[in-house]
Amino acid sequence: MLGLAFAYLRDRALTTALNVLLLAIAVATLVLLLLFSTQISQRFERDAQGIDLVVGAKGSPLQLILSSIYQIDNPTGNIPLESVAMLRRDPSVARAVPLALGDNFRGFRIVGTEAAYLDIYGAKLAQGRLNAVDAEAVLGAAVARETGAKLGQKFLGSHGLGEDEGGSEHEHIPFTTVGILKPTGTVIDRLIVTSVESVWDAHGIAHDDEHAKGGEQERGHGHEAEHDTGHAAEHDRGPATSMSDAQGEMKPEVTALLVSYRNAYGAIRIPGMINRQTELQAAVPAIETARLLTLFGSAIDGARIFAWLLAATGGLAIFVALLNAARAREGDLALLRVMGASRTRVFGTIVLEGVLTAAAGALLGVLGGHLLLWLASRGFQTLSDLGLSAFVFHPGEAAIVGGVLLIGVLAALIPAARVFRTDLAQTLAQAS
Amino acid sequence: MVLSVDSVSYAYGPRVTVSQFSLALATGQHVLLLGPSGSGKTTLINLIAGLLTPQTGRIAICGEDMGSASPTQRDDLRRRRVGLIFQTLRLVSALSLRANLTLAQRLSGTSDAAAIDLLLERLGIAHRANAQPRELSQGEAQRAAIARALVGKPDLLIADEPTSALDDDNAARVGQLLVETANANGSTLLVATHDARLRALIPNVVTLEAAA
Repeated sequence: MLGLAFAYLRDRALTTALNVLLLAIAVATLVLLLLFSTQISQRFERDAQGIDLVVGAKGSPLQLILSSIYQIDNPTGNIPLESVAMLRRDPSVARAVPLALGDNFRGFRIVGTEAAYLDIYGAKLAQGRLNAVDAEAVLGAAVARETGAKLGQKFLGSHGLGEDEGGSEHEHIPFTTVGILKPTGTVIDRLIVTSVESVWDAHGIAHDDEHAKGGEQERGHGHEAEHDTGHAAEHDRGPATSMSDAQGEMKPEVTALLVSYRNAYGAIRIPGMINRQTELQAAVPAIETARLLTLFGSAIDGARIFAWLLAATGGLAIFVALLNAARAREGDLALLRVMGASRTRVFGTIVLEGVLTAAAGALLGVLGGHLLLWLASRGFQTLSDLGLSAFVFHPGEAAIVGGVLLIGVLAALIPAARVFRTDLAQTLAQAS
Repeated sequence: MVLSVDSVSYAYGPRVTVSQFSLALATGQHVLLLGPSGSGKTTLINLIAGLLTPQTGRIAICGEDMGSASPTQRDDLRRRRVGLIFQTLRLVSALSLRANLTLAQRLSGTSDAAAIDLLLERLGIAHRANAQPRELSQGEAQRAAIARALVGKPDLLIADEPTSALDDDNAARVGQLLVETANANGSTLLVATHDARLRALIPNVVTLEAAA
């Protein structure tokens, strides 16, 4: 009967193809939404784990979170180095990790930070060493894979946070790859980690070694690097790690601080304390991420309803096609009965047609959904930065396939039930 | 007896179509059921094939009661014992000729590709084995219908107006093949028709009169 069901589907190939296509579009949309929403939500959760608060320049708290934790937006600005020391002195703060952003290598962000940043994500070495000092860099697994970088290899960072920004290269300070990390499934896979001082050096910002440790005052330029003035001017336009003082001299700064509390009291006191300061803002990742996911969630729910409506339309199309087919081939069905096929068998053949159509639509849709995600993550830098993977299957996809198969069965039931109502002798008389 | 029809009657409402009809056919016997349109030939065939239930009387095929059997039992009896040929309803439209025969064989519980080849050869349509029903000529299609009905090796082969839509040449050829293949198969043959051209091939005739 399977062969017969296939033969009938082939016999009306165009209608079958259109029905399959309709269902495939619906399933692809549903799969895409499912993969997107779950991977984004898991990714957000993983990336923000162990970070209770982000401190940065005034602006949108969501932007601060996106730029500092998820590395997918521009920073709100820079904050003075003194804020690092201030937070580190606070007894309620267990950890305050500075981030200095502003450059990229082939679209991968270069993050000036400390070893504690790697600890947040449980980063483990695949090759080399973790400790990146002056002009040294440790590459995330995806960076190494996609750029083909090897240990000891030198590269030049470009100004700006994305490849498409077309910033000039920091030719005077090439980075040397000293370590490559194992994949973590977190944001760090797509980052190039170096010291805060190296970022300052790349931008020609004078500093001494105490700065990065959150020294309270600048004490001269113990580690001054060469830079040209054109470069410095460029830095003033975008996210940078410095500000000019009254004399036009660039002062070392950081972009943000990732803070973990030592106790619950910190969660109550510190955000308010920071937000009262004019230069700083504190953003709670849990709140901002939840807000973002709620916004996403509403849009995704809307799209999901639309996709299920599309699937229902596909079911309706199968219903109409099978009903017409059952009418058109009443003689055939009667002949099958005459040849000895039971009612149940003929009924099963028609139901099978519905199921096969739905199964083909579901299969194509699942593949299509993954293909779309793959294309989207290759085509859009932001999605790529979020590390969305088209090669991960979600258990929910089985539920979508099951739902679509059920639609196929339901759509076939009424046309198939005609076989129980058909007067065989009368049909044969009419057909003959 | 392969077929035993005993005092069978059937009426569509007040119109009696078959009245107290009796017939007995032995193995390998051929009978022409001749009568004009409206004489109840098709109704009688539907009753024998278990597509209708007789209102009175008894029908048995190879000793198994068809008339009083349940619909499922009738389906099963028909599948095992009876091959049916119609005037225009010949093959399942979506399947090739060979696939039709394979399906018919499977439904009758057998599987023998060589027997299909032999049957197609005997009926002169082996070269059309992979053709779709719509690609067959009238004559080819009716020969294909004979093949489809015979492939399950039925004890009783029933043909309803098998030659009425065919020209003289094709009618003679199809009639001849029907008789020959039924003989080769050892099947009992009952042909219901108003086509007197078949008298020459099947001299054993039962005549039905038009209902009053």
